[in-house]
Amino acid sequence: MKCFIGIDLGSTTTKAVLMDDNEQVLGQGITNSRSNYDTASRVAKQEAVVDTRLTLCRRGLAGAAGLEEGLDEFLGALERSFRLEQFLDQLGDLEATCKTQIAGERFAGVEKEIDAALVAIFDELRDSAPALFTPGAKRKSDFFRDIAGGHYLQVAEEVAKEVGLPYELLLNVYDKSIIDVENRPPSEDLSGKFVDALKRVLGQTEGDGRDAGEIEQRVKDALAVELEESYVVGTGYGRVTLPFSKEHIRSEILCHGLGAHKMYPKTRTVLDIGGQDTKGIQVDPVGIVENFQMNDRCAAGCGRYLGYIADEMNMGVHELGPMAMKSTRSVRINSTCTVFAGAELRDRLALGENRADILAGLHRAIILRAMSIISRSGGISDEFTFTGGVAKNEAAVRELRKLVKENYGDVKINIDPDSIYTGALGAATFAYRTGMEGARA
Amino acid sequence: MSTNPKTAPTEVAKDDSMLKQKAMMASHYDRLTSAKETGAKTCSTFVPGNLNELIMCFGLLNNLPEVNAIQAGLRKKSGLYVMESEKLGHSEDVCTYVKSDIGMMAKGNLAPNGKPLPDPDVLMLSYTGCFTFMKWFELLREEYKCPTIMLHTPYEGDGKITENMRDYMVKQLKEEVIPTLEEVSGVKFDIDRLRENLKKSVKAEDDLVHVLQSAKNKPSPIDAYFGGIYYIGPIFGAFRGTDDAIDYYSTLRQEVDARVAAGAGPVTPDGDMGPEKYRLVVEGPPNYTSFRDFWKMFYEEGAVVVASSYTKVGGVYDLGFRHDPDNPLETLADYCLGVYTNRNLPQRVDMLANYVEEYEADGLLVNSIKSCNSFSAGQLLIMREVERRTGKPAAFIETDLVDPRYFSPANVKNRLESYFQMVDQKRASVTASGVAA
Repeated sequence: MKCFIGIDLGSTTTKAVLMDDNEQVLGQGITNSRSNYDTASRVAKQEAVVDTRLTLCRRGLAGAAGLEEGLDEFLGALERSFRLEQFLDQLGDLEATCKTQIAGERFAGVEKEIDAALVAIFDELRDSAPALFTPGAKRKSDFFRDIAGGHYLQVAEEVAKEVGLPYELLLNVYDKSIIDVENRPPSEDLSGKFVDALKRVLGQTEGDGRDAGEIEQRVKDALAVELEESYVVGTGYGRVTLPFSKEHIRSEILCHGLGAHKMYPKTRTVLDIGGQDTKGIQVDPVGIVENFQMNDRCAAGCGRYLGYIADEMNMGVHELGPMAMKSTRSVRINSTCTVFAGAELRDRLALGENRADILAGLHRAIILRAMSIISRSGGISDEFTFTGGVAKNEAAVRELRKLVKENYGDVKINIDPDSIYTGALGAATFAYRTGMEGARA
Repeated sequence: MSTNPKTAPTEVAKDDSMLKQKAMMASHYDRLTSAKETGAKTCSTFVPGNLNELIMCFGLLNNLPEVNAIQAGLRKKSGLYVMESEKLGHSEDVCTYVKSDIGMMAKGNLAPNGKPLPDPDVLMLSYTGCFTFMKWFELLREEYKCPTIMLHTPYEGDGKITENMRDYMVKQLKEEVIPTLEEVSGVKFDIDRLRENLKKSVKAEDDLVHVLQSAKNKPSPIDAYFGGIYYIGPIFGAFRGTDDAIDYYSTLRQEVDARVAAGAGPVTPDGDMGPEKYRLVVEGPPNYTSFRDFWKMFYEEGAVVVASSYTKVGGVYDLGFRHDPDNPLETLADYCLGVYTNRNLPQRVDMLANYVEEYEADGLLVNSIKSCNSFSAGQLLIMREVERRTGKPAAFIETDLVDPRYFSPANVKNRLESYFQMVDQKRASVTASGVAA
């Protein structure tokens, strides 16, 4: 099957979208950008391939005996089981890498103790891994670094106490290893993991009238479909670091414009608030960018602004929105500068203002910046699509809705739960168009 | 960064006109920096409304603080000067030409030849559309305590020059400007000498227009913004009305004609430009501190600027204006009244929209200057109106004149690449709809 892939190398995360030759999205994947765009793009692409295999499995299993009712559930279990396989694989890599660190000078004299401690830590991590992938299990993030890291630190502290080793040593081993593991190209053996995952699911679940042999065959068929990488287009800040030739690179402004158009064909104005920039884009009825404005010289009002505020308040960035939603009144934050906003924040806290109210004010400040950028790009026309990481923040969305209504009246506002993939979707569409044109020529 | 101005980056073979210009500039700065020894008197003035023909009638040397700031920018010294003037109390938002100049004065006022510039004997302010000029000269007057002439140019608010405006300016020339220049220089005004100078101006102006309009060819043999900045140097500076300028522009014209005949594109700092892919009209001054990097973002993509408004700040010769030796004072008035910075928004829109059409450009690019309110006010409106009239896509980038802190290469490149791709898309959609129709 011909595949067209778009990769969006953002400052925080890297996203990939895979499309078939009918311009249908089959899969999408995301990973943290690390400091290594090359690996990030490989991981994101592999994640999109995993998602594609799941889509193909869904198609392949449709109508299979005994799965007529519970297909979603079955596929959910298959995905979780696959993620567990993937996690265990990387955990093995992390353990092996940690062990190679013991040779260092710092650990002279305690090599055996460290080795034993690592065995204990990783046994515990492996034992507790399945619980992370049970239905409804809450994970801090979907990235290996975040899941494994958090757990490692916790277990290592206990183990250090038990065996009388300084915690810092175990921490040091981890810190030295995680970057290597994260930057190592992921293992390519997806089919093997899928098959193992499937076996686990079939062993753990039961289904009336289910034919395990038939299911396994259908999954294997889905895994055997050849995914021919016909054309790849890269976009985003890291695009120039990729081994892509120029014709495989598109500006993220064009990709966001086209991606938003693909999601909502009636889109005429797009607002994208990403990690380090905010873009106001006007598109024509076929998704071609007509005008754009973006912040430069200053990154106030971007996603990073929220990250900074979260650090200042000692909160997770995803907790900001929900807390701001609890506000009863919005505190006015005047500063457009990220650092000064931090100062204003401390000042307000000292004055005894409520945290939720201050946060509501900060969200408003971000959206006011965005409104200024949009107005300079030509204002808001119906329909209006909001994309980027900040579009997931309900408090930001609330302020945006208010300000759009006040300034532009009734406008249909589109926010897709997958809006983080907008740029990659646009890139994949470009890949499709260019690839198909090439094929026709 | 090299601190020796003579160690220029690796150059490709230079055209005769380039060598000639370099020699002209060098000798001009030598004349200025040896003024004390030679006893020559100097007059500081501005590019828009520069009355070089008149200044020369009194044997005065023309010193242009803006050009000094540009030189400092190109030589990567302006950052230091800007910070120096901030130390002296000038705010971050003040025009960076002013701050570079003030900082340069504080650091010994060294010309590009490394020698100190003389204190001016007179400040000649021909006020054309930029209010900051007036404040700038106020600061200079405070510093040098020398006679200051204020030639007030009425703004073309209604988009036309009236008899009243012209009379008002001629009156100022007769009653204020000329008597003060006579007093400062000790030279009696000779209107015939002015006529002679003006005659020379016309010749160079004809050749300049020929050069600028050569960009109507495809491919364009010149870049009318980045290259254009070199082409306007002599005529906007201290050479209008001189034999040197006549020689320079006639040489340049021949070189450009030869490029047209050969079907060649512009010369860039890296040699001949590759195939012409995009033709742009640019509004606004360039960034000087990263001038080459900025230019490279264009020529690497095959983008050539075919017309620009910045190359009209010292005169809009391509719209027909020529100095008129038969009406010497009136023509000086008309010149000041007509420069680009003295034109109102509708006139600027007309000019830019016409350029897009006449030069068959792909669209308009606005380079908005952070510290130049005079240029930047209304630029978004200009952009939208030109877009509406021409149906061609426009884009907006932001940099600064000579403050290196306000040039963010990644952002500028990102916007430019987006713009070029936008032009591609637009072309593709026009072709597609053409086929469909």
